[in-house]
Amino acid sequence: MVPDAEFTSYYGRPIIKSPTWKVPDVPLYLYLGGAAGASATLAALADVTGRPGLRRVGRLASLGGALVSVGALIHDLGRPKRFLHMLRVFKPTSPLSVGSWILMPFGTLSGLAAASEITGIAPGIGRLAGFGAGVLGPPLTTYTAVLLADTAVPAWHEGYQELPFVFAGSAMAAGGGMGLLATGDVRPARRVAIAGAVLELGATAVLERRIGYARKAYATGRPGWLLKAARAATVAGAVGALAGGRLTGRRARLVSIAAAALLNAGSAATRFGVFDAGMVSARDPAYTVVPQRERLRARAATLQS
Amino acid sequence: MTNSHSVNSLWGPLADPAGNAGYPDGHPPRVGFFTDTSVCIGCKACEVACKEWNSLPADGADPADIDVLALTGMSYDNTGALGASTYRHVAFIEQTVPKRESATVDLGMPKPPEGDPTEVRWLMSSDVCKHCTHAACLDVCPTGALIRTEHGTVLIQDDICNGCGYCIPACPYGVIDQRKGDGGAFKCTMCQDRLGAGLEPACATACPTESIQFGPLDELRERAAARVETLHERGVPEARLYGHDPDDGVGGDGAFFLLLDEPEVYGLPPDPVVTTRDLPTMWRHATVAALTVAGTVAAAFLGSRR
Repeated sequence: MVPDAEFTSYYGRPIIKSPTWKVPDVPLYLYLGGAAGASATLAALADVTGRPGLRRVGRLASLGGALVSVGALIHDLGRPKRFLHMLRVFKPTSPLSVGSWILMPFGTLSGLAAASEITGIAPGIGRLAGFGAGVLGPPLTTYTAVLLADTAVPAWHEGYQELPFVFAGSAMAAGGGMGLLATGDVRPARRVAIAGAVLELGATAVLERRIGYARKAYATGRPGWLLKAARAATVAGAVGALAGGRLTGRRARLVSIAAAALLNAGSAATRFGVFDAGMVSARDPAYTVVPQRERLRARAATLQS
Repeated sequence: MTNSHSVNSLWGPLADPAGNAGYPDGHPPRVGFFTDTSVCIGCKACEVACKEWNSLPADGADPADIDVLALTGMSYDNTGALGASTYRHVAFIEQTVPKRESATVDLGMPKPPEGDPTEVRWLMSSDVCKHCTHAACLDVCPTGALIRTEHGTVLIQDDICNGCGYCIPACPYGVIDQRKGDGGAFKCTMCQDRLGAGLEPACATACPTESIQFGPLDELRERAAARVETLHERGVPEARLYGHDPDDGVGGDGAFFLLLDEPEVYGLPPDPVVTTRDLPTMWRHATVAALTVAGTVAAAFLGSRR
């Protein structure tokens, strides 16, 4: 552990303002948006490869995730009645604008695909809509990392290179996990879930190693134990997913359900942990001052030599 | 006016932010504040004038009830910080420093006994929105509520803001906040409604010591450089400028300061960098990660054709 660095502050008050984003609204969205995105892509490919069970679960999961996501995001607004202002402009410099323009068509297309799935009406339109949602799914899983990183919050901004991969892995673990609940051939979902779990665990480990001073925000306190719990659940879920493929019958089904629950719990805990680490680093001026001081010192040393 | 950045610029020196934002040639010059804290007397006239002119609601320091004025225990600062209803905030710092006495002439009189070799030094500084050259709040705003004005300042259009709150953690200085009970984000407007009428902002008008100086930014920068030089000549080596440099992490502030100690002593970040400097890299990483998702899911269907 790095010893606490000496630093000065104004009566210990934070330098940056903490996000006003609410819990569970925003971390829940990070998790559900990711799960929905990965599910939509799984559903689209399950559709074209003739796996109706996996397609059904994927379409329903992507619509459910998108619906709750939109609800959580509108609820989180300070002025919810103005949610349509999100679509007033398109701004590539605003990850939230880009995200709104991904989520809006994603939700619509997921809705069409799921409606066709449930009613059996217009399967052709359902397939096209599902394919559209499947294309928008992957960007939906990773833009949220940019959403967090494009702030002055030290624990988020300093992780801007690793967070997209943490979120990509987390989304695949969750979406693949949900696919395990399908009837019929779920081998693709199992592979996605295991690959996602590996990516989530690996990218989080890299993040914690490379993030520098903000590591403390990820390693201690509530975010610390949330991320530990996430790691345990994800490992157990991945092992369960693997085991479910080796077993048959009722036992395979039970193990797969447990694996799906664990992978989704792990994915959600990762998002809540990352969100919380950012909040911790925003409240404590040390996370802002110490690295910036260090940067100034290094620059002065370079100038002298 | 031309500059090297023809497209929306995220980083580096930028001579004309208003021109960069699309205002045609002939727009008003970029204006700003030079807050010279060496002459601030902590009277808070700026805070009061700002509240009055902008009709800002009360926001006492008691977090439980913002209508109740409270004592913070932070010297004479019972305002606390900049916020949704505080666009000027006077910081008070009490420091114990070695006693500084002017040179004495020996008149052969008996010397007084040596007392406490220290004295209290007061630092007072009126903080405000920096109206950054590269404003993260403006860049991340998804609705277009935050705009660059013709004067080169940064303004929230209240009728557009939907309270998403993205600008709040984007600001490297902790300036903007959400107003409780309203939901929208608020910050200093540099009295946009006075500028158009040829008036100075309320705070600068009210300041009795000219600690808050308003004017064209180029002029203020020259004045500030001269002031630092004067203070150094007069034996105040700790005087330094903060936020004046177009080469800094935000391309220079529209509101900059003369400080007498390190920025963090006043609650200012020592080396702020606009978060959007790294945005192109973030999008690149997110794109590669999204392609990883697409590729992994596609690969998962290979080799298991039925």
